[in-house]
Amino acid sequence: MSTLIYGIVNSLIFLLIAVGFTLVYGVSRLPNFAHGALYILTGFMTWVFLNTLGLPYALSIVLSIIITALVGAVIYRFIFIRVRGMEASEIIASFAIGLAIMEGLRRGFAGQFAIPEFIDEMVVIFGVPIHMQRLIIIGVALVVVAFLWIFTHYTKIGLALRAIAQHERAAMMLGIDSDLTAIVSLALGSAVAGVAAVAILPLGLITVDTGYNVLTYAIAVSIVGGLGSWTGAVIGAFVLGFGQILTARFIGPQWQMVVVFGAIIVVLLVRPSGLFGKQKELEERV
Amino acid sequence: MESTARRKERLDRGIKVRTSGIYSVSSLREIAYLVVPRAVLILGLLILPLVLPNRYWQRVICRTGVIALLALGFDFLADYVGIISLGGALFIGVGGYVAGVSNAWLGLPPALTIPIATLVGAVICTLLLLPCLPLRGIYFAIITLMYPLVLHRIIEALHIFGGTEGISGLATFPNIWVDQYLVIVVILVALFGLRRLVNEDIGLVLHGIKDNDQAVRASGMNITWYKARAVFITAAIGCFAGAYLTHLYGLVGISMFSLDFSILPIAAFVVGGPGTLVGPVLGAFILTPLTEVLREIGTLRIVVYCLVLVAFIVFKPEGLMKYFQRKYHQFERWIKV
Repeated sequence: MSTLIYGIVNSLIFLLIAVGFTLVYGVSRLPNFAHGALYILTGFMTWVFLNTLGLPYALSIVLSIIITALVGAVIYRFIFIRVRGMEASEIIASFAIGLAIMEGLRRGFAGQFAIPEFIDEMVVIFGVPIHMQRLIIIGVALVVVAFLWIFTHYTKIGLALRAIAQHERAAMMLGIDSDLTAIVSLALGSAVAGVAAVAILPLGLITVDTGYNVLTYAIAVSIVGGLGSWTGAVIGAFVLGFGQILTARFIGPQWQMVVVFGAIIVVLLVRPSGLFGKQKELEERV
Repeated sequence: MESTARRKERLDRGIKVRTSGIYSVSSLREIAYLVVPRAVLILGLLILPLVLPNRYWQRVICRTGVIALLALGFDFLADYVGIISLGGALFIGVGGYVAGVSNAWLGLPPALTIPIATLVGAVICTLLLLPCLPLRGIYFAIITLMYPLVLHRIIEALHIFGGTEGISGLATFPNIWVDQYLVIVVILVALFGLRRLVNEDIGLVLHGIKDNDQAVRASGMNITWYKARAVFITAAIGCFAGAYLTHLYGLVGISMFSLDFSILPIAAFVVGGPGTLVGPVLGAFILTPLTEVLREIGTLRIVVYCLVLVAFIVFKPEGLMKYFQRKYHQFERWIKV
């Protein structure tokens, strides 16, 4: 039972982490390798607002998520916009930005940092003791996914994002600005990364290396599910989330990362478009 | 304002046209035009160790050479075969471990372990990458990025090859001059060898694969076989660099799979000038010493490094080498429009 519950929590953590990455890739075809950096950036910003500036917890969370979204938009507006369409340059530029942010943070924040949990309590569900924060993560994940679904299906700008993802040229002919949707998608993706950060980071310490792991998880989930595929991300998150928990339980915790990397390699070899990706098809991607 | 609008006109120098064919041997001036840039590069690299002020900078040159070799391989794959491989660390790690193991367990001297590591390591890397060769673009890039990480974790989890500590106490080179000249000579051989290779028949086929792989396939050629050979060549260069690094420091560890070996060559490639082969070498010889100068500011140097990289990729994507080549081959003048 505990495997099941922790597996679900772990899967939803993966989902939260990967949704932003897969959203950006789905809409703008940009592999945002700065995703992990934006994630820990939010964590550190929340810490600064909370401890250095003394703002209330809720306010500092909202502020740092908004700033992260702005950072994402600015990165697109000034850097990605110039390299868009050149695959190698996109990868290199986004990776370099992410590395610059992460190593800059490493310099600025030496020592141990943690942001507090929302509600510091343990509850028992089906005989399994579980931290309140993990239940909150489940809630946050469901809310984020529901929000994104409603946003992309019922708002004008959300529909524009999907249109661009489906067929960029046709969408542009109908007057949808491809750069605008890309900015929105990057801002939204960064904001989701930020939401994930403030929901997940209270479980442990904020370290720069978390950023690298988060990037790996995001890529892994997106690859397993199919890059840019919406349902794929959910399935990929559950496959990897349960895969990791089962590995830790039956083989040994040191193999957890190997499972993630192994999954990426195997999926890429067998089905490069992922379990649910439809490569080169006019398929809904957001 | 409109009447005084000017634009820059670029024209090839006469001597460039004259030296493009057999007539280049017609006079000393034409010969010099062709020979001087190459001679400056070769002699410059050969003299470099002699003019360095101290032992510290001589060690820096050795590391620079490793990065230069990786950057060279990256450029060859990216611009002449159309494969973006982020697996510099894979080549370094495999080459390093093969050399380290054959030195520590079989007791072979470096003169044997380096060739063995170059060949065996290249075969291992090619076999690892063989199933991924049909992948394109970002998929191949991600898988090559993942391989070193997964090997790193496997070595950690299984505690093989010395686990996290690695194997130390390996044979080193007899003196600092061997250190430096070995890598410099290999750089020159690899550089001119690859320049020759890309103009041979196989180079043309590889370039065809980059431009339109389906067309090459339609001509009845097995593109995976051609790509595999290109990867083998690159892996051999990278594995040599790894084996060299192992014997340079006398130890091999999981740090050989670190991301540095994937990132630094790419930075050198971008700054030096993609697609010129010599550019990435130049870039490595600019950037790696720069990192050493910046060592005082600690981890912030990676930030500086990344900002330089982003600036080049956004504002000067042609890189330094193409800029120099343009200045050398062409003259510019302002003309009225």
